[in-house]
Amino acid sequence: MIDVHNITKRYGHHTAIDRVTFSVAKGEVLAFLGPNGAGKTTTMRILTCFMPATEGYARVAGFDCTDQPLDVKRQIGYLPETPPVYQEFTVTEYLTFVGRLRGMTGQNLTAALDQAIGKLELGSVRHRLIGNLSRGYRQRVGLAQALLHDPPVLILDEPTVGLDPKQIIEIRELIKSLAGSHSVILSTHILPEATAVCQRVVIINKGRIVAEDTPEQLSARLRQSEKVSITLKTAPADCEMKLRTIPGILNVLPGQAGGSFLLECELGRDLRDEIARLVVASNWGLLELRTVSMTLEDVFLQLTRHEDHLAEPAEAMVSASVERMDA
Amino acid sequence: MTPVQAVIAKELRGYFVSPIVYVVGAVFLLIFGLLSYLYVGFAGAQAIQLMQMQGGAAQINLNDLVFRNLFASVRIVLLIILPILTMRLFAEERKLRTFEFLLTSPIRINDIIIGKFVSVLLIYLGLLGLTVLVPTVLMLFSDFDWNPIWTGYLGMALLGALFLSVGVFASALTENQIVAAFVSFGMLLTIWLIAGLGSLLGDTTAGRVISYLSYMEHYDRLVRGLIDTSDLMYFGSGLALMLFLTHRVVESTRWK
Repeated sequence: MIDVHNITKRYGHHTAIDRVTFSVAKGEVLAFLGPNGAGKTTTMRILTCFMPATEGYARVAGFDCTDQPLDVKRQIGYLPETPPVYQEFTVTEYLTFVGRLRGMTGQNLTAALDQAIGKLELGSVRHRLIGNLSRGYRQRVGLAQALLHDPPVLILDEPTVGLDPKQIIEIRELIKSLAGSHSVILSTHILPEATAVCQRVVIINKGRIVAEDTPEQLSARLRQSEKVSITLKTAPADCEMKLRTIPGILNVLPGQAGGSFLLECELGRDLRDEIARLVVASNWGLLELRTVSMTLEDVFLQLTRHEDHLAEPAEAMVSASVERMDA
Repeated sequence: MTPVQAVIAKELRGYFVSPIVYVVGAVFLLIFGLLSYLYVGFAGAQAIQLMQMQGGAAQINLNDLVFRNLFASVRIVLLIILPILTMRLFAEERKLRTFEFLLTSPIRINDIIIGKFVSVLLIYLGLLGLTVLVPTVLMLFSDFDWNPIWTGYLGMALLGALFLSVGVFASALTENQIVAAFVSFGMLLTIWLIAGLGSLLGDTTAGRVISYLSYMEHYDRLVRGLIDTSDLMYFGSGLALMLFLTHRVVESTRWK
């Protein structure tokens, strides 16, 4: 549905995005993850034909973004960073204008309008001026605008900014419900959001793609060891040393609270049973034992931090983890 | 409703919910009325003078004494108020970040520009239409020739359209409305003053070319009751040029 090949965008001497390549299948939800200024918005602007790429090409539903911008724009619903609303319009008037711009008329428009207002629960404010609405409502009006013509492709730049927690969950559910029938690209810097709604994550930093995979695989790929956290009731001085004697334990790190430890184990080995047996046999009192999985947050920090040191970070990461697996 | 009509409807609404149209309209009509009153007053004073000198009723020419002067003075009023009408058209969209939305909607840049231009032109023509009240009232008390008045109105319509196209262009340049108004004011004043430079050079080729570039002589001819194709061409091509330049400016923002 979306095919981006080697696009580069330069502003004078500054390179905003550098040879970015990715694709989105029909019905897939892709998260664009990256710190501020990473090039997320630039990529989205190229896809929505707001600006052309310096090099490379981008295609949406088979139409080229540079040569067939009108066809591309008809396929897309776009929510920019700031919701593009006119303060002096009521919600209904604004959405009517948006529908007319997209060539909708009469019954079609009324039906689409009611549907979008229903989906985003704007019914109670539909006759109020947008200028008088709160940030959260404006954001939802912006989303309603993007969904109005039921486009096959949705490009959402930070769709949950400014919403309260309940609304965030609702919008995430909405995006999830769009998966399957719509291709969605959403940018975010909120990592749990990417894990919650997306099938695939593209991590972008300083204009380059540093990783692209499912959220689970990404964290698996970057995990250097299995981690187990334990909390003991009584922790004698020699317990740390004794824990190290379990075969497969690489390191024992004292935790923040007294009696808690973080055990690093060899990759691919589950040592929980052995650990539990030792603790019980030594009569230290086992209060808690759990595996610690790497969150997307850790992956993100690791990738964006490593980027400075490595020329080809994504590949270096992969080869590093392969080496570790070999060892 | 086509996308262009949607843009026109949206802009008209934008004008009427903001105080701009009411304030600009009120000031324009007030000044137009005041100027008419003054010129009619002068004409009356002149008539009395003539009567005293010639003894008996003098026929005074309202076309020459009132309307030509009135239409000539309206130029400066338009020069000042029309940039205020156009300044928001693109600058506000940029400021509110709705510009990106418009440019990513399936509508041509030309349609956006034409929609915005037509909306402000309709407002201006509406205001101009209200001023027809002045000659209508004068008709009750005096006799005059309507033809030069209609060409005068044609002149004001064309001159206003040209001013508005310059204003639309200036508005596309910046996201600051004050700057947009000031740039169009400056451009219009410069084109006005070019006429002075032209007459300074006299009847040479350069002088004639420069005079042609200014709207002064074209407007003057229409106010005097002369419809010349070259004058209509001047306004038509000037307006087209400004809208074309606006297109280039809007297009170029995509490349920055």
